[in-house]
Amino acid sequence: MRRREGALSATAGPIGTTAADRPQRSPWSTAVERAVETAIRASGVSAIFFVLAIFFFVFREAAPVLWDSDFHILQFLFSTEWYPTSDINVRYGTLALTVGTLSVTAVAIALAVPFGLGAAIFVSEFCGRRLKEVLKIVIEFLAAIPSVVWGFVGLTVMSRVIVALTGAPVGVNLLNGGVILALMSVPIIVSIGEDALKAVPDSYREAADALGATRWQTVYRVLLPAARNGLLAAVLLGVGRAVGETMAVLMATGHAVQIPEGLLNSVRTLTANVAAELGEAPAGSPHYRVLFLTGVLLFWITFAVNLAADLVIRGIRRR
Amino acid sequence: MRKSRSRKTAAALALVALSALAQVACSRGGGGEAASATIQVKGSDTMVNIAQAWAEEYKRVVPAVNVEVSGGGSGVGIAALERGAVDIANASRNMHPEEREQAKRNTGKEPVEFVVGYDALAVYVNRDNPITEISLEALAQIFGEGGTVTRWSQLGVALPGVSDDTIVRVSRQSSSGTYEFFREHVLGRRDFKLGSRDMNGSKEVVELVGTTKTAIGYSGMGYATSEVKMLKLAPKAGNPAVAPTVENTLSRAYPLARSLQMYTLGEPQGAVKKYIEWILSDDGEKILQENGYVPVPASLRKR
Repeated sequence: MRRREGALSATAGPIGTTAADRPQRSPWSTAVERAVETAIRASGVSAIFFVLAIFFFVFREAAPVLWDSDFHILQFLFSTEWYPTSDINVRYGTLALTVGTLSVTAVAIALAVPFGLGAAIFVSEFCGRRLKEVLKIVIEFLAAIPSVVWGFVGLTVMSRVIVALTGAPVGVNLLNGGVILALMSVPIIVSIGEDALKAVPDSYREAADALGATRWQTVYRVLLPAARNGLLAAVLLGVGRAVGETMAVLMATGHAVQIPEGLLNSVRTLTANVAAELGEAPAGSPHYRVLFLTGVLLFWITFAVNLAADLVIRGIRRR
Repeated sequence: MRKSRSRKTAAALALVALSALAQVACSRGGGGEAASATIQVKGSDTMVNIAQAWAEEYKRVVPAVNVEVSGGGSGVGIAALERGAVDIANASRNMHPEEREQAKRNTGKEPVEFVVGYDALAVYVNRDNPITEISLEALAQIFGEGGTVTRWSQLGVALPGVSDDTIVRVSRQSSSGTYEFFREHVLGRRDFKLGSRDMNGSKEVVELVGTTKTAIGYSGMGYATSEVKMLKLAPKAGNPAVAPTVENTLSRAYPLARSLQMYTLGEPQGAVKKYIEWILSDDGEKILQENGYVPVPASLRKR
């Protein structure tokens, strides 16, 4: 209700006029405005509805297995033994898959964040106008490449490069998945990060110039602190893509259930596991429900990442 | 007679259906002698190449009939058949009794099996690996849970020009009929050792083995390339090893030979019936042979 009053007062006449002097609006235009407002509010609130609905339906598919005699929640979370179709001893341990997801994401972040932020700073602050136009178009094009194409690059090109450079026996591994995910998230980090830097008012740059700051000092002392929220958002969207990515990691990581001991070990991620196994799991079977529970687990992981980032942003703001 | 009515309805639907509805409506596409029909085939990755070759050739023989083939694994194909979503499920293993039950409960029809060929499950190593034969016990030690063999040197094999001779195990995803067949006949129904590279298709296994000097993997013998070598298998250590050849597959001397099946819901009718008859004819079986599999001997073709 409060918002509607605000909208009305904004359209009211100049201060000091009485109600009778105000130009009268037709009932039709008032009704249209109300309808548009309701529609906009509904689209805003629908986000909450969709999140809750998705969580509800995923959890509803998963829930019955929690009471299954073969299923133990501690085993699900902390065992590395993933034998969903065993003939003799079915075990649903997802620890190796969770570690797989986290490790691929960590490698991707370690590569993508410095590279992406560096590129964003270069595009926004250091490069000439013509190069900037070219770079922006190319980067946006990079962001539009479908994930299956990246997976293909990982499987064929990157795996050979890795074998040639490191002497690893198999080229599809943690490093490969991390590099491919980094390549996928860098364009997002660059384009959103560049927007955040562009949003810093030019008066900041002029003030820094007036104080005799070098270009690098301006970037480091003035622009990065001023744009930190936007830059963090850029990093988070990049990370989000890395955690949730399925097709590319399915093809590039080697799909082996094990806790990696090094960058050259193959891993399997939670997302890739669901993609590979859901098709064959009979609907309603414990295996099928455990895969949905894996979805719930992924949901919580992304929720934790977003919450942590939110707290970090608040912490930075307060300081 | 609910069964026949539902079939009639489906046949009528198939005539009206637009291509967008093809998957639903034409799942029973063989119902009538319609001018054009679409047959949906899904399942085994081992059989997907040969199924595709049959579909293409059949298009030349009977242009009015479209055969749509997709893979995904025997389990995926059988699951689709249980829902009545496909006309034929390809499977490189036999249907489990529970799966037959499920299909009967969902559709009211008993699945019918057709053996359309034989395949030897070959054990592949890289072309540069000096090993030529291996026993099933040694394979179980390499692939099975609790197995102790992790290096080629433990088998007395020295790989030239390799510093780390850790065996790279190449396996299949768990929906694959090949995976289940290997588990049953090599591991004795015990589980696989975790940490193998689980590939999504028969061809991927052979490709990875071809590019990895320390790898060992299993796949249908039709997928052999010049980069890999098929090992002779000894049923027991010390027994003579048998090569995966046509004769050894038919005589069952080769320990990992298996039959390739097609399943339909109930006795096939119309276009589906003709298609399966054609596959089991000399023409169809010749295509199977050209793709590296072993055809069904003429004497065994009638079920």
